[in-house]
Formats: sequence, structure tokens, C-alpha cells
Amino acid sequence: MDLSFSPRELAFREEVRDFIRAELPAEVAAKMQAGTELSKADYVAWQRKLNARGWLAPNWPVQYGGTAWSVVEKHIFDEEMALGGAPRQIPFGVSMVAPVIIEFGSEEQKQRYLPRILSSEDWWCQGYSEPEAGSDLASLKTRADRDGDHYVINGQKTWITLAQFANMIFVLARTDQAAKKQEGISFILVDMTTPGVSVRPIVTIDGGKEINEVIFENVRVPVENRVGNEGEGWTYAKFLLEHERNGTAGVAGSFQLLERLRAIARAQRSNGATVLDDERFAERVAAVEIELTALSYAQLRSLAAESAGKRPGPESSFIKITGTEIQQAIATLMMEASAHDALDPAEHSALWYFNMRKTSIYAGSNEIQRNIIAKRILGL
Amino acid sequence: MDFALSTDQTLIRDSVDRFVADNYSQVQRAAIVASADGFSRAHWEKFASLGWLGIAFPEDRGGFGGSPVETMILAEAFGRGLVLEPFVPSVVLGGTALAYGASAQAHHDLLEAMIGGEKLLTFAWAEPGSRYDYGTVETQARSDGSDLLIEGTKLAVPFAAAADTYVVTVRTSGEKHDPSGVSVVLVDRETPGLSRRDYRTVDDRRASTLEFRSVRVPKANVLGELGAGLPLVERIIDAGLGALAAEAVGNASVLLRRTVEYLKTRKQFGVPIGTFQALQHRAVDMLIQVELARSITYYGTNALAGDAAPADRMRALSATKAQVARSARIVGESAIQLHGGIGMSEEYAVGHYFKRLSMIELELGDVDFHLRRYVALGKAGGATAASAAAHAVAHA
Repeated sequence: MDLSFSPRELAFREEVRDFIRAELPAEVAAKMQAGTELSKADYVAWQRKLNARGWLAPNWPVQYGGTAWSVVEKHIFDEEMALGGAPRQIPFGVSMVAPVIIEFGSEEQKQRYLPRILSSEDWWCQGYSEPEAGSDLASLKTRADRDGDHYVINGQKTWITLAQFANMIFVLARTDQAAKKQEGISFILVDMTTPGVSVRPIVTIDGGKEINEVIFENVRVPVENRVGNEGEGWTYAKFLLEHERNGTAGVAGSFQLLERLRAIARAQRSNGATVLDDERFAERVAAVEIELTALSYAQLRSLAAESAGKRPGPESSFIKITGTEIQQAIATLMMEASAHDALDPAEHSALWYFNMRKTSIYAGSNEIQRNIIAKRILGL
Repeated sequence: MDFALSTDQTLIRDSVDRFVADNYSQVQRAAIVASADGFSRAHWEKFASLGWLGIAFPEDRGGFGGSPVETMILAEAFGRGLVLEPFVPSVVLGGTALAYGASAQAHHDLLEAMIGGEKLLTFAWAEPGSRYDYGTVETQARSDGSDLLIEGTKLAVPFAAAADTYVVTVRTSGEKHDPSGVSVVLVDRETPGLSRRDYRTVDDRRASTLEFRSVRVPKANVLGELGAGLPLVERIIDAGLGALAAEAVGNASVLLRRTVEYLKTRKQFGVPIGTFQALQHRAVDMLIQVELARSITYYGTNALAGDAAPADRMRALSATKAQVARSARIVGESAIQLHGGIGMSEEYAVGHYFKRLSMIELELGDVDFHLRRYVALGKAGGATAASAAAHAVAHA
């Protein structure tokens, strides 16, 4: 056991810092600082910079464009990206569908889709939830009926993040109506320009337009767009969800949010002192920061175990629960620090607080994560 | 960075676990609690012969050249076993005082004797007016020729009845909160003028209140620098915080394991109570807290091991204690609640783990104290808290 960063790891940290300083466009940095929404062009511009450096998909096998970094190096990379104010990684392509394609897809699918993710030619979104299939995802009803060389997809997917930017969607659809719940589901890649696909925005309580409904009406998709075997989509879906959880914890991003919280608290004054000088408030911030520090080490431990040959297991559920609770705690403190200003939508903190409610709901609600831990770690 | 235990480290952990399995059944432990010293001298000799007492000290001091990681591994295993022997008071607190404060051959000899198991140490710092602020020192040590004359009261000194030599914080100049004027001095148990009130603690350990009435010790007994002992005190406290955190992690992991076992076996309404979601989720919250406590303990141990600036080290250890204490509270209370009535029973081990864990929460500073220390140390200048002032002195 050696708990310190090696000289090589420290040098790598500097390298990442230098890269961000040199490459992050000033206008993107300014938007990140202010907490304003980024456009698709902002995200794509940054992804291209990362790709040019070979850093867009660190987790992939080297042959497809991965970096072969150690878990510690990946951790350092994520941390520096967040602290340096770089845009968050859009996970749907790089971190969600790509690992599934790499693990279970055909050679043709790898050749076709992975380079298009790296080049930002494709923007993926995730077609999992349905109006009647939330936590009970396996009860999904979207159907893909075989018609010659095609599937004909009909159904409705919901809560789809940034579908308005996407040209590709991966869909869980029922290919066998007679099979039992988890069986009979297939994992299908759909080009969203196919006739019959429509996207409808869902406005969230913070006024945001980041989530959508995607409706499929007689959408014809070639059979070769199915990943892996027919009827085994549930296995692939679970594989993806485990990958997703570590990302949704937002550990590195929360360190950056703490900086924003401090900036807000320093700008708010009462009786000549700042809110950050208020001992009680400062201690509440400290408690969150300390828990985040603990979580960051927990995540490193989990990733280290993973790199020792295990795939992300149920431990990622614990990271997801705690990481999202911390995100929410920071949002709460931001809103409280803002006092009267929180009422003004131009000052984002209350809107952010509203928006952050999503974190304990998405990617498997925190209650579902507790069920997973109870069953799979504690054996209850 | 590497989280896996080395072969040697695995051996240490396994040997303590084996020792506990052989020597720390509930009946065996109860006999030790009831003994005169409140711990087993035979066990202590065994610890010495196995090298556990010297594991983290340099080889030229009779140690084995290990690091705080080895101390963490031992303390965690002792925590799992609810071991009573005074590892933290003598080895971690007393040993750190000597390792960092030795300024004379006699001090080096004392450290070697402690490592060899011949001498037992403890640390006396808390006072009636200090609460957890180790920088508040009212015990006076007046200069009298080549001696110091000590006057004052020390509280909750662990295993003082058995310890041969006490590491004592005293004030050699200044007012009670002044960061300068604090000294660290060795006082033998049988020194005239020193009296004790011994008691068994609520978690079945031993502690004493010490009264110093014109206790005369030679100035040669001062560790570190006369009047500038606060950085040494901080070093001792931080080492103690790291070890206590590890002990708490060991303890809490047993509470989690035993609680989950109980949920699987205890039946009500015709089914194991572990099938109820409300109880499952509470058990999951225990697991989360154990994992957070373990993770922050690694973080704190790393800060002790490296050559971090004192302020950074202190801040890391305060973070560690604040998180561990908060996690300990949740794990301990949940363990009792999920066990129901049996958790309240003196006969049942879980209650004993809970009591020890609850006292670790308070030892060397509780959540509130360490959150304050963390905030104060994080402020760039202009800090008002005593610990931040102390930090300024340590850097001056």
C-alpha cells in the first residue's frame, strides 16, 4: 500500500493542467465560470481538442483510441478537467454506448461507430426509460418487430438528455413479446434521421430544456444495427448502467462546484462580513468538502479494484448515491448563500438547486441503488 | 498510489487477526477488563516480541522502519478485535512525542524501552478548561534552577495508572491560549506531588485525572524546544487522530458485519427481518459510512506519511476525524437500532463495540471541533481560532 502520488503521476497532473490552460477556449471557460448552458458547438469544439490530443476516450482499449492510463491517471485527468473548468464529458457516446459496442458489438459496428464518436460526427443519446418503465426498466413496452432484414420500432422513450443535439440513439426494445420480462429485450442502434423518429422537449422545473421524449412510429432499422444477440439486451443494459453510475457521481465536478459555491458566498455580504466568514455556514461547506474528499478516495479505491480485473460492480451504486447527495448538498448551499438573489433567474443558484433534484432520480434512483447494494453486497 | 496491501502488510494484518481470534473472545476480554491494569501485560509483551510496538519507528531507534500505513493496519485490526491494550496512548501518542521531540540520549533510550515493551507511556493534555483545544494549556511549569515545578490538572489521561512515564503539555510562559509558551515534558508516574484519581471508562478502558502539586522534574525532561512545543503537540495529536480513525474503521466494519448477519437470521412476522426494505436501506447507509470512513482514513494516513506542510497535515487529519466521527455515529446508532432489544444487552458484543466507537468520536476532538479547525486552517491568514494561530506559529 502506497497512498501518495508518484512523481510520474504528479508530472502527469501538470501535463493535463497545461493542456487545459492552452486549449480551453476563453468563451467556453467564461460560460463554465458563470454556470451558463453550453451550446452543442461548445461541447463539440472541446471534444475535438481532446480528440486531437488523443484524450477523448481514455477508458477505451488502446486499439480503438484509448489512452492506457492507470486508474490513478484517469482520476487525475477527471479531477483536473473539473478544476480547470473544462466542459463535462457528454457520456452517452464515449462512456455508455461505446463500451457496449466494444464488449458486445460486431466488428462492423466497432469500425463504423467508434471513429464517429471520436470525431464528434455522431452525438448519441440514451433510449432507456419509458412513461411506464422508470425504476422498473425491464417492464418497457417499446417493440421492435422483425420484418425481413429490418426491425420496425414502435414506442415512446422519455427523459432523454440532450436528444435535441443527437443524431443517434441506442434503444432498448422488446423483440420477443412472449418472453419473460428481462428476456426478449434487444439493444438496437438507431439513426435518428430515420423516418418516424420524432423528438419533443420536456421543460423541467428549472425552465431547462435538456430532456426530451423520443417517439418511434414504424421506424425501420436494419437488423445489423442490433448489438449482440437478440433477446440479450438486458445484459448489455446492465453492463452499461454499471459504467454509468461511476460517472454520475460527478466527484471531480463537485470539487469545481465547491469553488463556485465559495465565489457566491464570498460575494454575499452582511454587516461587512461575507457569508463565507459566517462560521456556521463555513462549517457546513467544510462538512460537504470533507465528505467529497472521502468519496474521491472511495472512487479511487473502487477504480483500483476494477483495474485489478473486475468490472465495475455494485460498489458503483454506493459511489452514485453519495456523489449525487453531495451534488445536491452543494446546490442547496449555493441557493442559501445567494439569499434574495436566488429569486432572480439570472442568478442561477435556485434553478440549479431545482435542476439537481434529478441526480438522485436518474441512472437508477438512489433507492434502487440501495436495493442493489442490499441484495448484491450485503446479501439481504 | 497503490491501495493493495503488500505481502508484509498482509502478514501484519493476518497476525493481529489471528491474535484476536485466539485471545479476544468475549469471555477472555471480560477477564482482561476486570483485571488490575485493565489490559494484559502478557499480551503487551507479545505485541513487543512480534514487533508491533516498533513497527512505524525508524530502525536506528529500535523500530522497524515502517510508516503510518503500518500503524493504520495495526490500529484497524485492534479496532476489529476491540483490543484493550494501550496501543494508541503508548505507541502512537507517546511514541510520536519521543520520535519527533527527543533531544537527549535518555529520550531515545525511553523510546527504545517503549518499543521493547519495558516502558509504557501515555499522553496528558486535556484540562478542565481546554475541552478539545490542545493549545489551551493552564498547567503551569515554573522554572526553578535546572528544574521545572509543575502545577495543574490533566483530565482523561488514558491508562495513567499503568503507564511508567507521562508526556505532559505544560505552560512555561504566556497566557492560557498563547500558542507560544507551551512545552512538552516527561513526568514519571511516581514523581512526588503527582496524584491520580483512576477510573474505568464507560467503554471499559482505564483513565485518570492527574493532579500536579509542585511536581519537580529536570528541564532535561523537556521534549523538543522549551516554550515552543505546540508544533510537537500538533504532530502527536495528528498521529493519534490517524490511528483512532483506523481503529474506528475496524470497529465499524465489525458492527456492519454483525448487523447484516443479524438481519439475515432474526425472524419476525415469519421472515428474516433483513427482507424489510426499511431495514435494508438503513444497513446500506451503514455500509456507505464505513466506506467513507475507510476512504478518508487513507487520505489522513497519507498526509501523516508524507512531508506535507504542518497546516496541510493538520487540515487533512481534522477532515479525517470529522468524517470518521460522523460516520461512526451513524454506524453505531444504526447497529443498535437494527439489533433491537438485544443491542441494548450488556451480554451482547455489539453494545461494547458501540460504546468504544462512541468514545472514539470524542477522543482528541469531536466533529464540531475538527470542522472548526479545518475551516480555520483553510483560511488564508486572519484566522481567529487558536489552532490556526498555532499553525501560524508553527510556520513562523
